[in-house]
Amino acid sequence: MEAKKFDFREIQGREDRLAPGHRMCAGCGGTIAVRNVLKALHPGDKAVVGNATGCLEVSSFMYPFTTYEDSYIHNAFENAGATLSGVETAYHALRKRGKVKEEYKFITFGGDGGTYDIGLQSLSGAMERGHDLVYVCYDNGAYMNTGVQRSSATPMYADTTTTPSGSESDGKPQSRKDLAEIIAAHHIPYVAQTTFIGNMKDLYVKSEKAIYTPGPAFLNIMAPCPRGWKYDAPDIIEICKLGVETCYWPLFEVVDGKWILNYKPKNKLPLEDFLRKQGRFKHLFKPGNEALLEAFQKETDRRWEELLKRCEA
Amino acid sequence: MPVNTRMSGNEAVAHAIKQINPDVMPAFPITPSTEIPQFVASMIANGEVDTEFIPVESEHSSMSAAIGSSAAGARTLTATSSCGLALMWEVLYVAASNRLPIVMAVVNRALSGPININAEHSDSMGARDSGWIQIYAENNQEVYDNFLQSYRIAEHKDVKLPVMICQDGFITSHAVENITLWDDEPIRQFVGEYEPEHYLMKADETMAVGPYAVSNYGMEAKRAQAEAMKNARQVILDVAKEFEELTGRKYGFFEEYELEDADYAIVAIGSVCGTAKDAIDELRRRGVRAGLLKIRVFRPFPDREIAAALKHCRAIAILDRAEGYNGNGGPLGAEVTAALYKAKAKAETVNMIYGLSGRDVRVEDLIKVYGNLEKLASGKIKYDDYPYIGLRK
Repeated sequence: MEAKKFDFREIQGREDRLAPGHRMCAGCGGTIAVRNVLKALHPGDKAVVGNATGCLEVSSFMYPFTTYEDSYIHNAFENAGATLSGVETAYHALRKRGKVKEEYKFITFGGDGGTYDIGLQSLSGAMERGHDLVYVCYDNGAYMNTGVQRSSATPMYADTTTTPSGSESDGKPQSRKDLAEIIAAHHIPYVAQTTFIGNMKDLYVKSEKAIYTPGPAFLNIMAPCPRGWKYDAPDIIEICKLGVETCYWPLFEVVDGKWILNYKPKNKLPLEDFLRKQGRFKHLFKPGNEALLEAFQKETDRRWEELLKRCEA
Repeated sequence: MPVNTRMSGNEAVAHAIKQINPDVMPAFPITPSTEIPQFVASMIANGEVDTEFIPVESEHSSMSAAIGSSAAGARTLTATSSCGLALMWEVLYVAASNRLPIVMAVVNRALSGPININAEHSDSMGARDSGWIQIYAENNQEVYDNFLQSYRIAEHKDVKLPVMICQDGFITSHAVENITLWDDEPIRQFVGEYEPEHYLMKADETMAVGPYAVSNYGMEAKRAQAEAMKNARQVILDVAKEFEELTGRKYGFFEEYELEDADYAIVAIGSVCGTAKDAIDELRRRGVRAGLLKIRVFRPFPDREIAAALKHCRAIAILDRAEGYNGNGGPLGAEVTAALYKAKAKAETVNMIYGLSGRDVRVEDLIKVYGNLEKLASGKIKYDDYPYIGLRK
């Protein structure tokens, strides 16, 4: 299907498929992610939305109310990939037998807990089998629903409730896993990494491509969490911008195996600028912890250089 | 015309699947149920059915995909055994609580450890409280007939619950025995088309599945599910009656073999019941009034009917092919004893464990059990513990 031209007014004027009245926090990145991904569905197109257990699920489908305008299915924490692959296969079976007449799109959402960690096998299986669905990870870098425990998406040195900073601890000792790269290694048609930048064009364009590219697609969206990252709710957009400008969270796509860098900052900002606004990194700015900041900067630079090489190849 | 032929229990299930031609089957191989998805994949490859097969990467994903498929409005099935069923545990409850009429062929096998691939009921007995209907078979004919009846029960508007169709690993699943196969067309008419009331992709409506429910609603949801399980009792009997009209084969909650005037009875599940029937025939020739109650439907548990059928017996041995690890015996023992107590039955009872990890049980073993029941009834022996049959010293 031909991608529609990005028309900010037209897109923002589309009826929300995530209705108001849900119970997500003010300043929650997950909600912004879901709302904007669903806006990329062309008006009138039908979809089934899936969801792994997490903040989003327990706050958006509290019996007897659902905030989704489309059909929706939540199964458990670790199986959003498998669940939607069952829905998508049923669609083909029922279409073949004339029991479903209309076209449907399939989009499922999981946090980093349900995606990077407990649900990785189920996601990998769904991607490898080639189901025509989009898996969207709203990555807020910890298990926020259970109260900010570390995940494999948590950045190094972050203070979480299972990697608390203290006299004997610098926060999380390991650096984060690169899930977009892992999914790209499945050689699926479309993988992209994005976050909330400017008028959301990057997020919109990638969501639309993911939804309308036949076959499996994966979106990794950095979606800050005010509770876990400890920032003032209005700062979310500034934080996302700094994530990109410091090259901590690069914007890229992998289209049919080709790596494409979508944005290269003219003046790469120091990582500190991204970290300083977040309470979870407060301990890094205490005197004597300069080496930690340096190590984190080095790791960020190394990954950025790797990505540049990949995108040039 | 029905065909008399011979095949294994797994082949019998595959033949039932072929006649039903369901919409979707996700599956992951595990001995001894592996043949079932293999047969289905072959039938798809040869154009005998047009079911969509999902070769998932685990049993957890198998049940998860089955839940998605069933919620989407497709007639869905899967098959598994042992550790595969255990891996599904969490989502078995999700399937039942979302009232999804999935059918699962369970080929019973021991849970680890030690790892062992042979017949035992520890797998499905462990899942006995997951909200699934459970129907067990003595032989290949029964597992075939049970499978043919399964969707009628699962999809009934008063039930809407998933069903496990269980058979004993290898003894039933792999042994080739005589079987009568029913004609395709009458079976297709009997099973009928699946027409769910609501589903994710129903035209002109949307649906949300799998809510978070606070205490204000959660308890009512669970009670409604429990009512559906109670409703299944009548539906199982009605479907069996219709099946009997079609085939002449009679099914109920359980089978009574020489039970009406029996002094001494065995209660058991599965293939061991064939062995028990041989023991009974021998004992009856000797003038011993021995009988059998073979459980077919374990969930819902027909407690009143079981107690009524056993009430006149002097001594009853309840045989479990699963250890309960509660210090008192197995699950069937606990439930049948409770049913007898509620019915104020006077019979002496003993719960025995047999056949774990596929340990063979012979006719002589069961003749010995009946001998011990005579002694128990006349006060010559007492059981302080629950005995094992055929345990090596």
